[in-house]
Amino acid sequence: MSMTAPEYQALAARLAPKSKPWVNVPKAFFTGGCICAIGQGLILLYTGLGLPADTASGACSMTLVALSALLTGLGVYDRLARHAGAGTLVPITGFANAMVSPALEFKNEGFILGIAAKMFVIAGPVLVYGLTASVVYGVLLCLGQLVV
Amino acid sequence: MEVVIALARAFLVGGSICAVGQVLIDRTALTPARILVSFVVAGVVLGGLGLYQPLLDFAGAGASVPLTGFGALLARGVREAVAESGALGALTGGLTASAGGITAAVVCALTAALLSHSRDK
Repeated sequence: MSMTAPEYQALAARLAPKSKPWVNVPKAFFTGGCICAIGQGLILLYTGLGLPADTASGACSMTLVALSALLTGLGVYDRLARHAGAGTLVPITGFANAMVSPALEFKNEGFILGIAAKMFVIAGPVLVYGLTASVVYGVLLCLGQLVV
Repeated sequence: MEVVIALARAFLVGGSICAVGQVLIDRTALTPARILVSFVVAGVVLGGLGLYQPLLDFAGAGASVPLTGFGALLARGVREAVAESGALGALTGGLTASAGGITAAVVCALTAALLSHSRDK
């Protein structure tokens, strides 16, 4: 197949992935909403089984994390994420996916520096800044108590 | 009927939080990793200011499942630990509250990575 430079550019422009907010945002809303609704279903199930509200919420997160790890291992979650964008990224399932996906990708580099280290490529920064923010909040709380 | 309302609230609020993330991805140069970090930190700030709890009361999993909920959980853990054990709580509260979730994530991720094979994306 031969084509001139302008033809090639036209083809490349046509085939390049476009950012389409009027499609992407509703997709993210729907997918993220569904994941949260599944989470709510789990909370209702767990509270129905007699767990207190706090524990049920924690158990819901753990169940979703386990499901997401399983679906990432099966290759399903990343396929879904290609369409859903932030809808699969922002829920806790996206956090689990961000751990499993690089761990799998670098599996051939070994158990220590492959799987275990790459697991924290994205989860690590999330924990670093999340925990630091929480410590800053705690220090502010303590200072507030001193002043009052 | 109550069940349907609870599910609908979780769907609407959770969906909206994800839609905010998508707008940020589309409109700004924020990478997915930066979105995750920003959402957790935003959750800590909102939780610290007491603005996230009303959303949790209203939407349940719609507010606790997105990563902002993880941030709010860290803030709540710190608040409770500081109230209980003073300044040391600022260091222990966050991980104490989120220990189960983080450990579950690590163990599940390791298991999944050991049991499955890398595949073409």
